Amino acid sequence: MPIPILMPALSPTMTEGAVAAWHKKEGEPVAAGDVIAEIETDKANMELEAVDDGVLGRILVPEGTQGVKVKRPIALLLSPGEDPSALDDAVPETAPELESAPAPESAPEPADTPADAPPAPTPEPQPDATPATSGERIFASPLARRLAREAGLDLAAIQGSGPHGRIVKADIEAARAGGAPAAPARTAPAATPAAPEGGFEDQPVTSMRRVIAQRMTESKQTVPHFYLTVDCRIDALLALRADANALAERKISVNDFVVRAAALALAEVPGVNVAWNGESIRRFAHADIAVAVATERGLITPVLRRAETKTVGALAEEMAALAEKARAGKLLPEEYQDGTFTISNLGMFGVKEFAAIINPPQAAILAVGAGEARPVVEDGDIRSATVMTCTLAVDHRSVDGALGAEWLAAFKRLIEAPLRLLL
Amino acid sequence: MATAKEAFDIAVIGGGPGGYVAAIRASQLGLRAALVEKAELGGVCLNWGCIPTKALLRAADLYQQIGEAGEFGIEIKEAKVNLKKIVERSRAVAAKLNQGVTHLLKKNKVRVFQGHARLEGGGRVRVEADGKPVAQIQAKNVILATGARPRALPGIEPDGKTIWTAREAMTPASLPKSLLVVGSGAIGIEFASFYRTLGCDVTVVEILDRILPAEDAEIADLAHKAFDKQGMTILTGASVEAAKAGRDGVKATVAQGGKKTEIAAERMILAVGIEGNTDGLGLDGTKVKVEKGHVRTDKWGATDEPGVYAIGDLAGPPWLAHKASHEGVACVERIAGFDGAHPLDAGSVPGCTYCRPQIASVGLTEEAAREAGREVRVGRFPYMANGKAIAQGDTEGLIKTVFDAATGELLGAHMIGAEVTELIQGFAVARGLETTEAELMRTVFPHPTLSEMMHESVLDAYGRALHV
Repeated sequence: MPIPILMPALSPTMTEGAVAAWHKKEGEPVAAGDVIAEIETDKANMELEAVDDGVLGRILVPEGTQGVKVKRPIALLLSPGEDPSALDDAVPETAPELESAPAPESAPEPADTPADAPPAPTPEPQPDATPATSGERIFASPLARRLAREAGLDLAAIQGSGPHGRIVKADIEAARAGGAPAAPARTAPAATPAAPEGGFEDQPVTSMRRVIAQRMTESKQTVPHFYLTVDCRIDALLALRADANALAERKISVNDFVVRAAALALAEVPGVNVAWNGESIRRFAHADIAVAVATERGLITPVLRRAETKTVGALAEEMAALAEKARAGKLLPEEYQDGTFTISNLGMFGVKEFAAIINPPQAAILAVGAGEARPVVEDGDIRSATVMTCTLAVDHRSVDGALGAEWLAAFKRLIEAPLRLLL
Repeated sequence: MATAKEAFDIAVIGGGPGGYVAAIRASQLGLRAALVEKAELGGVCLNWGCIPTKALLRAADLYQQIGEAGEFGIEIKEAKVNLKKIVERSRAVAAKLNQGVTHLLKKNKVRVFQGHARLEGGGRVRVEADGKPVAQIQAKNVILATGARPRALPGIEPDGKTIWTAREAMTPASLPKSLLVVGSGAIGIEFASFYRTLGCDVTVVEILDRILPAEDAEIADLAHKAFDKQGMTILTGASVEAAKAGRDGVKATVAQGGKKTEIAAERMILAVGIEGNTDGLGLDGTKVKVEKGHVRTDKWGATDEPGVYAIGDLAGPPWLAHKASHEGVACVERIAGFDGAHPLDAGSVPGCTYCRPQIASVGLTEEAAREAGREVRVGRFPYMANGKAIAQGDTEGLIKTVFDAATGELLGAHMIGAEVTELIQGFAVARGLETTEAELMRTVFPHPTLSEMMHESVLDAYGRALHV
């Protein structure tokens, strides 16, 4: 059998190269160590040496060809004494069109995609390029299967980082932390299949996205939402914040004040700090306020526990730390589960007002818009003031309209007389 | 003499189990590899460690079994120990394997240079022998695999005559009447076992509060009891403060519990740990960092100097040949950009001690698992309840398994008893595959074997043992 000479991977990140020049002609004898070709990458030119003795039987990729994918056969080497007719029988296996994910420098488990061949064309057994999700059988270690089952995770949605794309414990742990499991294809340019004709692309759904989809659907389908809106004048709040930030090391945001106001409002109107339980309504002793954070991977809500006991400064610091962890995909379950009330703030995008979806079993969620200069009526005159529109979505099973309105009024009072937020 | 100047992809410094394996793997991956060795190929493991001691211990085991042969109905008049022959055989075994490694390197077309290597920067390696230059190598990558040497105690230096290191202990000219073994790690315990079985008075001194500190506490305790029964004297929480070597032996001052005693012994073995062979390599001119006697590396073996790597005993614990070999493979595969490259997971390295009874373990000890905050399920199965063990007369031992109670993950396996060093691989494979207790319970172990105890130990962890 003729030996296929493959385009070598000259570095762990190389995905394709060019055959700059052939140093041997078809039919020319080759000794181990002879330079048979020159390979060009965007970084360097390297000499390709023969590992075996033989005769260069056939050149498959002519000189000057660019964009030759790593591991693609570029020539056939006849063993000494082999008949050249064997070349016609040899069907060079084209390496599967790769998800050419490079072995990442620092990730703990490079996925087993055949992006990297040894520098010299020794025929190495081709590792399986199929990710764990294609086909019917999902490859996962017994431990990973059990952990996935217990966490309610769908194995089909998880990318495996073990040998042959196997899903291993580390992948399940990563998925549970809310981030996408270590998918090495994340950084590779050719990671997703080329867009077929028709101009669309199917992105596989991550487990995090699945969970968001399922919970949001469940909420809208089962929770009777009603909505209450108030406009809050925040000039005093902004002035107070500016003063506080002149002194503080860590800048306090408007949202940090909103969290504090919500917490104090829940302390004033505890009937909203509840959860519908079917047979009972659970009344929480503390305001554990979940704050929606947008990350690359999706929406997650880290929780500020016992927010009614913490100062705005403390809340600001804790929120900053949790948000960073959230964006890095490193939140632990106890850091994002079991809040009693949620705040979602889209003000930074200029959204004037919106209605959010309740996170069951919580009774309410506050949607905060942008603070904008708007005309307001004061003593019969029209004036300019900074106004922030807030919409409370409420679960009518556990909280009636009047109670919800009472809470929102308390919240507005606190926001508009913000000194109380510092007490 | 003209010095050869040659260029390589990888130059491996040191031909022990880390180095020669790295060189062979490099060749397999199509890299041009050179290996520099200043003494014998195979390193300490093959020539002055693992291999010859196993030959010695086999002889001791044989002697022990012969002593028990009467129970089996075989009558043997008094067996005599020919120490010279025992040692010669172990040397012959080492020599044979040394030839084997030489052959493997040749077969894999690794260029071997005999001499001492010195890094000169920019991938240049100078090889010298007897002070004269032998070769100048140019390598794109250098892997340091120079191993380690025994540590001494402050003020107590081995003299090769009465104060021994492992090397002298494995080539004794005569059996000492009394032996003081300092250090109760695998090396110390193996020698203690060897000499005790052959009839010497053996005292083991260990500075920590128990022997075999790397092993699970329960297993170490069973070992201690076994050694007590064999007539070994064991002092824990004891340190040797001074030792005076004389013509007839050593007088050691041992401090224990605030009291000092003098212990006299014909010979003393220092087995108190090892430190990396970092000198004479030209590391001072590089960014390579040496910390506590070892070269600092990342999980692939890369040092702080680009293009220079370190593996094996030189790079730190566990100081085991198979760890060195796997590190060598991972390092080379990484350099070659091999797709399946995988750094060694330190928790997956099994440890074996070939004393009598043997000890083997992999993964977390019960204490370590609890300390890590895991709730555990522990299974135990004793040798005395296993049919094969009773049939072959090896009823001393225990197989212990530790599981994570929440997930069924096999956290560790710890065994003491006959042949456990051959059994441990089953648990090592299981851990590598991320088995849970369910798969192990479903695995059919053959009967009658000692290995069935592994199965029963797993069952026992879940209250389902059938035979105990």
